[in-house]
Amino acid sequence: MNEFLEMGGYAAFVWPAYGLSAGVLVVIAWLSIRDLKNTQNTFEKLSGEKEKSK
Amino acid sequence: MADLHRFANPTRFLKLAGIIQPWALAVFLLSITVGLYMAFFTAPADYQQGESARIMYVHVPAAWMAMFCYTVMAVASAVSLIWKHPLADVSARATAPIGAAFTFLSLATGSLWGKPMWGTWWVWDARLTSVLVLLFLYIGYMALQGAFDDRVRAAKASAILALVGFVNVPIIKFSVDWWNTLHQPASVIKMGGSSIHPSMLWPLLIMAIAFKAYYVWVLMVRMRQELVANKVRILRLKQVHGG
Repeated sequence: MNEFLEMGGYAAFVWPAYGLSAGVLVVIAWLSIRDLKNTQNTFEKLSGEKEKSK
Repeated sequence: MADLHRFANPTRFLKLAGIIQPWALAVFLLSITVGLYMAFFTAPADYQQGESARIMYVHVPAAWMAMFCYTVMAVASAVSLIWKHPLADVSARATAPIGAAFTFLSLATGSLWGKPMWGTWWVWDARLTSVLVLLFLYIGYMALQGAFDDRVRAAKASAILALVGFVNVPIIKFSVDWWNTLHQPASVIKMGGSSIHPSMLWPLLIMAIAFKAYYVWVLMVRMRQELVANKVRILRLKQVHGG
């Protein structure tokens, strides 16, 4: 297991490369989903108000 | 044209997106699991570069996606300019941040590979420099999209930028042939067949599928968000005008 984590002495380069990639992909996906939910909520609120004012 | 405009109907598109999105997520999760397993356990270490060569399985697919996303953005921009297809601008806008993220990742993972192999984090080599220009093009595109209050003008200006900037994509691809670069030349897609061993090629291709599926998944989320945001804008305008 330790041998695997050491990556033949390149651990300091291999793991950051994978960690950074995972981090960036997760953040972009999370932000996109959060934006969609926020916008959907705003839309429902606005269309709700419109219904009431009728 | 009639066929093209059938898909311009956001309701039709939203229905299609609802079907595509979970499938894209499933393909992504499956291929990233298999791809990572192969990248770390079945692929051999390189006989010269040792274990550091495993960086290739994120670096190369990220770089492919950087160019692929820009190409999608340029084609969508052309469709948006010529046919004023409403979904074209939406898809280009939604693609830009994903493409920028992949471009950043290809530069960062390349740097992490370059340090132990070339002895430097960065060189002003034709390949590296042209990819850095690509990152700036993405950033410029996103800035321009946000710089106008009028969405039609924003779409037009940024589409022109995307098209002019497309000249950089073949420059990136052929930079390793046209100039003496520190970066290695193409080995997967080239005349006379791939020069990479299947034990390394397969994990690379599966990781590439994973990144592509990720792109499709996030693209669907972002396009849906853009379309709902359009509706919100229309509702607000109606409120202002007492409609």
